[in-house]
Amino acid sequence: MEIKIPELSLVLMIGASGSGKSTFASKHFGKHEVVSSDECRGIVSNDENNQGATNDAFELLHYIIGKRLKNGLLTVVDATNVQSSARKQLTQLAREYHTLPVAIVLDVPQQVCEQRNLQRPDRNFGNYVIRQQQQQLKRSLKGLKREGFRKIYILKSPEEIDNVTNIIREKLYNDKKDLSGPFDIIGDIHGCYQETIELLQKLGYSIAPVENNGVNLGLAVSHPENRQVIFLGDLVDRGSNSPAVLKLVMSMVRSGIAFCVPGNHEMKLQKKLKGKNVSINHGLAETLEQLEQETPEFIAEVKEFLYSLISHYVFDNGRLVVAHAGLKEEMQGRGSAAVRSFCLYGETTGEIDEFGLPVRYHWASEYRGQAKVVYGHTPVPEAEWLNKTIDIDTGCVFGGKLTALRYPESELVSVVAKKVYCEPVKPLQPEQKTALTHQQQYDDLLNIDDVIGKRIIQTRLRNNITIREENSITALEVMSRFAINPKWLIYLPPTMSPCATSDLPDFLEHPSQAINYYQKRGIQTIICEEKHMGSRAVLVICKDQDTALKRFGIANEGIGVCYTRTGRNFFTNPVIAREFLDRVVKALTKSQFWEKHHSDWVCLDAELMPWSAKAQSLLKDQYAAVGASAQNSLTEVELALQKTLARGVDGVKPILEKFSYKKTAISKYIAAYRNYCWSINSIEDYKLAPFHILATEGAVHVAQNHEWHMAQIQEICQADEKILKVTPYKIIKTQDSDSIQAAIDWWLDLTNQGGEGMVIKPYDFIVYGKGGLLQPALKCRGKEYLRIIYGPEYDLPDTMERLKHRGLSRKRSLAIREFALGIEALERFVRKEPLRKVHESVFGVLASSSEKVDPRL
Amino acid sequence: MLLTITTTHKPATDLGFLLHKHPDKFQSVNLSMGKAHIFYPESSQNKTTVALLLDIEPIDMVRGARHLSGKGFPLGQYVNDRPYVASSFMSVAISKAFSTAMNGKCKTKPELVETQIPLEAKISVLPAPQGGETLIRKMFEPLGYQVKLQQHILDTQFTDWGNSKYFTLELSQTIRLQELLSHLYVLIPALDNDKHYFISQSEIDKLLAKGQGWLVNHPLLEQITRRYLRNLQSLSKLALERLSEGEKIENLEAEENPEQKPRKETLHQKRLVLVLEQLKLSGAEKVIDLGCGEGKLLRMLLKEKQFTEIAGMDISYDELSKAKDRLHWEEMPPKQKERIKLFQGALTYKDKRLEGYDAAAMVEVIEHLDENRLPALERVVFELAQPKIIILTTPNREYNIMFENMKTASMRHTDHRFEWTRKEFESWAKGVAARNNYQVKFLPVGEVAEHIGAPAQMGIFTYGN
Repeated sequence: MEIKIPELSLVLMIGASGSGKSTFASKHFGKHEVVSSDECRGIVSNDENNQGATNDAFELLHYIIGKRLKNGLLTVVDATNVQSSARKQLTQLAREYHTLPVAIVLDVPQQVCEQRNLQRPDRNFGNYVIRQQQQQLKRSLKGLKREGFRKIYILKSPEEIDNVTNIIREKLYNDKKDLSGPFDIIGDIHGCYQETIELLQKLGYSIAPVENNGVNLGLAVSHPENRQVIFLGDLVDRGSNSPAVLKLVMSMVRSGIAFCVPGNHEMKLQKKLKGKNVSINHGLAETLEQLEQETPEFIAEVKEFLYSLISHYVFDNGRLVVAHAGLKEEMQGRGSAAVRSFCLYGETTGEIDEFGLPVRYHWASEYRGQAKVVYGHTPVPEAEWLNKTIDIDTGCVFGGKLTALRYPESELVSVVAKKVYCEPVKPLQPEQKTALTHQQQYDDLLNIDDVIGKRIIQTRLRNNITIREENSITALEVMSRFAINPKWLIYLPPTMSPCATSDLPDFLEHPSQAINYYQKRGIQTIICEEKHMGSRAVLVICKDQDTALKRFGIANEGIGVCYTRTGRNFFTNPVIAREFLDRVVKALTKSQFWEKHHSDWVCLDAELMPWSAKAQSLLKDQYAAVGASAQNSLTEVELALQKTLARGVDGVKPILEKFSYKKTAISKYIAAYRNYCWSINSIEDYKLAPFHILATEGAVHVAQNHEWHMAQIQEICQADEKILKVTPYKIIKTQDSDSIQAAIDWWLDLTNQGGEGMVIKPYDFIVYGKGGLLQPALKCRGKEYLRIIYGPEYDLPDTMERLKHRGLSRKRSLAIREFALGIEALERFVRKEPLRKVHESVFGVLASSSEKVDPRL
Repeated sequence: MLLTITTTHKPATDLGFLLHKHPDKFQSVNLSMGKAHIFYPESSQNKTTVALLLDIEPIDMVRGARHLSGKGFPLGQYVNDRPYVASSFMSVAISKAFSTAMNGKCKTKPELVETQIPLEAKISVLPAPQGGETLIRKMFEPLGYQVKLQQHILDTQFTDWGNSKYFTLELSQTIRLQELLSHLYVLIPALDNDKHYFISQSEIDKLLAKGQGWLVNHPLLEQITRRYLRNLQSLSKLALERLSEGEKIENLEAEENPEQKPRKETLHQKRLVLVLEQLKLSGAEKVIDLGCGEGKLLRMLLKEKQFTEIAGMDISYDELSKAKDRLHWEEMPPKQKERIKLFQGALTYKDKRLEGYDAAAMVEVIEHLDENRLPALERVVFELAQPKIIILTTPNREYNIMFENMKTASMRHTDHRFEWTRKEFESWAKGVAARNNYQVKFLPVGEVAEHIGAPAQMGIFTYGN
């Protein structure tokens, strides 16, 4: 004998003690699927038979069941379940998680139970207990159906129990995960037959009258690419030809070219056809009148068709959900009266608005699911995405249009209504026009729940990245106190690791190690770019204010922003900021950037000089302060020591030498930081050196190699050489020793002239090695520059020796994580995902930068 | 890093006896982070100079002094002025190198100890905090010194960067050597806030020992004590109490801006009292302090029976930890703990935890947000959290002219993004109220001055009509 149960159900084993529930459950279900009350007793009291622990044990039992059902797992309850009150709690739990309750009753003779219990020394309760349980069971049997069990199996003897060979788990009717389209999903039709035909034709379907074969109702519909249609319900009422629409849809569903989910109007019609008393309003009267012309056979077919409709479908491995009024994540693919009701009517608050319509709760604004949800029910002027959901009921019957969404293309196709068939109760046009999309309006405010606590972020480049809670805490403070408007903040740059430590005695860093890193990992071509010593700057710039509003949802904040690596505004003076951004936009426009990239905005990664512009207080309070104190002290010290030496005192010489070295070191240190300082008297004293065209509309340019980036940037720079600076670079072959030597010579040259050093990158933007993503770039800093990092005297042989033991692995792992997160943020923005998704990634970069790591690296 | 002491006492070579250091020898003593060298650049009957040179190992210092990395400058451990200045290291070196002299002992010529001799001390270089030259003079001149100061420029190539905080200091007076040394011992670290070692109870003893006989009468007693003990309130209070021999000294505030702080402090008290008053008046039972900082208002709220549920939110985790400390969170009895909760949050993010309160306080919060973030705050607090009462305070910019030390166009706090006039605040507040169905009225906070109003302003928002 086979038992069939829904794939996702809560199975109650029902039977007296000793009836064989545990044995049955362990035979037919998986280890984790069975949750036993005895085991819970044991967990909370160390004794599986401790009746005193019953309350705690059941609380635990219900908790476990709740978690499993939430996660969509079939669960079997191994407890006597003979009392209706005990079952009630469980069926409620099943309902709460929209799963179906199933009863498997083991109704074996009392003696069998008694005998079995006798053999078990731990079950020392009297037979009267079993007798009582048996009586309760008998009383229960009749009522099980009423209690809401979807399937009930009663096994009356040990033989019958043994005869159960197999438990078959049936898919739910709504499970169409194995179908992935392509689909054309059509919104509320309401009897607009003409428009439906037109729309189908526009979508490429051919519709031909054929002989009625009993299935096709006289219509043959097909698509050359075998596309299928999904109707979102509300086929009938209000419009001029509901019967024709029903015929068309029924024909298509029956021939397998379409799916259809029911709308609230179908439900009401069905009730009416079944003879129930319903109020004839909202266009039902028209339908009934039209149906009067039809044959009783057809009406019978309609009845059957309406009855067969499934509340919602899940397609394409769970990536697409369709339902008339939409569906929350926790209800998708589940079955319960609540799910059905949500699909038909959506979520309402119980209040009635000024037009006499129920106030709808906008579930989509809180939708966080992975699946796209396509729905109708509420007429809207335009179909628009919001949090992966889209309402495509564009009010055809009210004189709007009939809209279809092509899946997976996400393309909207619509035809305009021939006329106003019915005046809407509520005006279709929104009360106030706004330039922002639904998504942008919704994105106006971010939710704290999307950033605090431990977070796991999925990235394309490197799978899941975990952000620790303590880092989120720090990031939240920095983000909300100092960062710019999060709508601008679509990217944060990753940290960059230095190359491995040099083995040459006088160098802490040297290009050989950086080249070697890529060479060893099979990278043939690399690019060496001069490293400018300024401050990292990211520019998000729009062609005009209108783009800022339309694409970024930002009004009254200018055409863009220039921000630091922690998301702060680069310029504290808004007038200078505007002037600077205007110059860059002019250069972009002049170089025809917008046309070339088919974009009205760009995100640039750059270095902004001089260092002293942003780091003014750091320079004054730290760098110059150290220089001034040291130089003035050391001059006096040297003098005093020289005098003492001249007096012929022993032991002075080595100390004099030591302090003379200190004096030289401090002079070199001062010379080093001075290289990166100059005064700003006009906007043209700023120099911007972009090095990545990170993103433009529709593209994150990580598929382009660095030579491409350099070439694009050169064109922009030529448009305004006064403030834009081209970054010199060399392309190096890692297999060619002359080529490598050229890179080293160039580096020595650059650093001898006071340059910071160079950045060495693989030729391609993203490269993987055996162990995953490779470092996107390594910096290699010059000898003198390092004085301002490691201290003026870092080049003393002993000190140098000590410094060479630095560890880089932490820095490198952070660099890769942040790189993946930064690119992820851009890709999400370019895909037009909700702001919270972009913000999550950017926030991740910021949180990661708060990790403790040697600041000198 | 260099201290020289010169005498023209006859014979000047007596300095060697007094210091117990032979003029023709180069000597060194060990310090925890390096060495100090003692040598004589000059030694004759007419004039003798001793030099005390700090030779600090930067690496040792890094290991011992993590706190040197200042906020916002992680490289502070590696690039800092400590090896080059006279700081508390110098005091340690003085006490180690010249311990006999400091203790007033001299075996060979005991009478010298009690003799006042012409002495000149020169320090290269001395860091001085805000107040610079004036402060240094105020510290040394009351002790009878002739003070000569040379302030150094930050960078000769960038003269627009201005002066550094470093001075070469020359002091001269006919005085006992022991006195000079103990003055230097106490006053050098008092000028430099950054003490290199952990400050403990024993610091007080050292201060009292070295300050014996002169510190108690010094006009800058309080400031010196406080600075010497590096603004550690309870410790310096204790030290002051011991110095004042039993007389209690009230309310000593950490100083930053000596001229402004005391006034501001009382202002803050006034403000909190006013906020509390309004909250009590409103009849609210569940209250939330948005931007609670270290929890001053929370502590006041806890004392009132009216408030059954109290919450404090702040963006800074550090401040929240401080608040927990001040509230004695760990030892709080369970009944009290039930009444209060603290959590981190930001007013620019939608947050369910802010809902369900009768009243919210936002004391000096909005001015810490960029103006373009205010619409987000408005939505979070007024539209979504929507408490019945919101008490909000912010500085009144018009009043800034009353602060003597304030530069024009500057703000009261470096983190303030804006400070509003009464008109600006009222226009914002009325807009917020209108958009979110609140009524708003205004109150001055602090004493009202003619034409410019009070130092701060309060908006009281009531939900509904």
